[in-house]
Amino acid sequence: MSAARTLRALPTLLRIGVAETVAYRAEFLVWILTTTLPLVMLGLWTSVASEAPFRGYTSAAFVAYYLSNLIVRNLTGSWVAWQISEEIRLGAMSMRLLRPLHPYVAFAASHLAAIPFRSVVVLPIAIVLLVSSGASALTTEPLQLGLLVPSRALAWIITCNRLFMIGAVAFFGTKTMALMNLYFALFSLLSGYLLPIPLLPRAIGWFAEWLPFRFMLSAPIELMTRPLDGAQVAAIMLGQIGWAAATLALALVVWNRGIKKFEAVGG
Amino acid sequence: MIRARELTKHFQVHKRPPGFVSAMKSLFHRTYETVKAVDGVSFTIERGERVGFLGPNGAGKTTTLKVLSGLLHPTSGEVEVEGHVPFKRETELLERITLVMGQKSQLIWDLPPSETYAMNRAVFDVPKAAFEKTLAELTELLELAPLLDKPTRQLSLGERMKCELAAALLHRPTTLFLDEPTIGLDVAMQVAIRDFVRSYNQRHEATVLLTSHYMDDVVALCPRIIVIDRGVLIHDGDLRQLIKAMDPDKRVSFTITTGTPPTDEELGKLGTLVTREAQRITLKVTEAQLPGVIGHLLNLKAADLAIEDPPLEDVLRVMFGQSKAKANGPGTGA
Repeated sequence: MSAARTLRALPTLLRIGVAETVAYRAEFLVWILTTTLPLVMLGLWTSVASEAPFRGYTSAAFVAYYLSNLIVRNLTGSWVAWQISEEIRLGAMSMRLLRPLHPYVAFAASHLAAIPFRSVVVLPIAIVLLVSSGASALTTEPLQLGLLVPSRALAWIITCNRLFMIGAVAFFGTKTMALMNLYFALFSLLSGYLLPIPLLPRAIGWFAEWLPFRFMLSAPIELMTRPLDGAQVAAIMLGQIGWAAATLALALVVWNRGIKKFEAVGG
Repeated sequence: MIRARELTKHFQVHKRPPGFVSAMKSLFHRTYETVKAVDGVSFTIERGERVGFLGPNGAGKTTTLKVLSGLLHPTSGEVEVEGHVPFKRETELLERITLVMGQKSQLIWDLPPSETYAMNRAVFDVPKAAFEKTLAELTELLELAPLLDKPTRQLSLGERMKCELAAALLHRPTTLFLDEPTIGLDVAMQVAIRDFVRSYNQRHEATVLLTSHYMDDVVALCPRIIVIDRGVLIHDGDLRQLIKAMDPDKRVSFTITTGTPPTDEELGKLGTLVTREAQRITLKVTEAQLPGVIGHLLNLKAADLAIEDPPLEDVLRVMFGQSKAKANGPGTGA
């Protein structure tokens, strides 16, 4: 499918993605509440830093970090691996493959459409709290502020690519939930989701600096909350661009190999 | 045009006996068996043909359709549909084909069918005017109007199948792979679907490859049938010739409403008694005997006289029995 045609189809795909997101109202509300783990961590770390800064992090810095974390996580979340795995296992992938649209585009559009709704409750609260309690730890650098939107977009793309690749592994083994759990454990530790990367043990922290997880979550948070020089900003953005390209290539390789193994079960 | 040459599709299937011990053993050692779902099948279907694709459960029909529609990569052999290799899934091919599977839904489960139609319009890049015209036509024919805005999950199986068919045809494909398209539909709707498929085939010169367990679908729609069993092609040709070759005798049905009904012994002299339900009798009669039998029945003042070919179900049952015996080989028994 050509790029022009994909772009023509995009508004309809986004509209249908929104309709799917809000189809189940009760589930939708529960789902929103499941994204609030950073608030739990916020309570824990602000308590630790209430008397004195912990390894350079003041109480306000933790507030800024975890509220930024909550915002970025809500704007970059994806669940495509679960969807792909289930569709392969139950045979629903067959009908998707009969459409002249790459499933990557279809899933991406659907998830993109869901993001504003996923964030509709949490985001305003997080922003108000951030401005009222953690504003002193937020950046005011125009360059960093200007790069927030592209950095979040790249973080979302890397996340989508990684999960698309994990989902495509189901072509080889039908179920990928165990792999998904391993991935989420690594993500939680190495992306800065549970705690800021500088607080990790030195050796793990060094790896975390270079692995893609950091660029899926921590990178935009760093742009929001840390004073960075031009070289550090450039390293973050180039790292995100590089990982976005590399993970996309890898995801498509796994997909193209996996589809040859597709057994189109059921029916 | 659809062409398959020496098409094979094999699957590796994990075999495990039931029970806890077997489950634990399978963690460390697994036994796989190669299942030959399709084994060296060749056929060509010209543009505009309507072909019935028949076989018992597990014969390889759906697997063949999945290979032809590009969902499965063949293990070996060549396949071509409308000049394309299906598994490459090129846009030009996907725009021209459709696959309706009675057991699988392309409708978005939580949304009304109208949303799936809108998505298909966008994805297949169907011009708005053409889309609205086709949708209006399908809505009228399939009586979809009350269903379009109900969530798919709340539709009955029959309602869903009607909506599935519309979703599959909105982009006006020229090759239709129909796998049990009338499953779950009432008799009137089955007839409507058959009429629609025939009309679509004639208007768009569309090629139709149909599998169905309702033989009425096949008899009504398909002048040609391909029969497959255990992945092997066992017949490809004209439907009536197949029936004539397998069972050339006619079925003569009639009702005796006046006088004393003939005994079974008397009927046995006319032909082989097939069924006798109340006053309705069906005999199996050779073509040579037919004029004499008809004359005799007219003398008996038999009413509602009908002369038909044997039911396709019976013909296929005989055919599959022969195929099974051949596969088992001499001396293996049943």
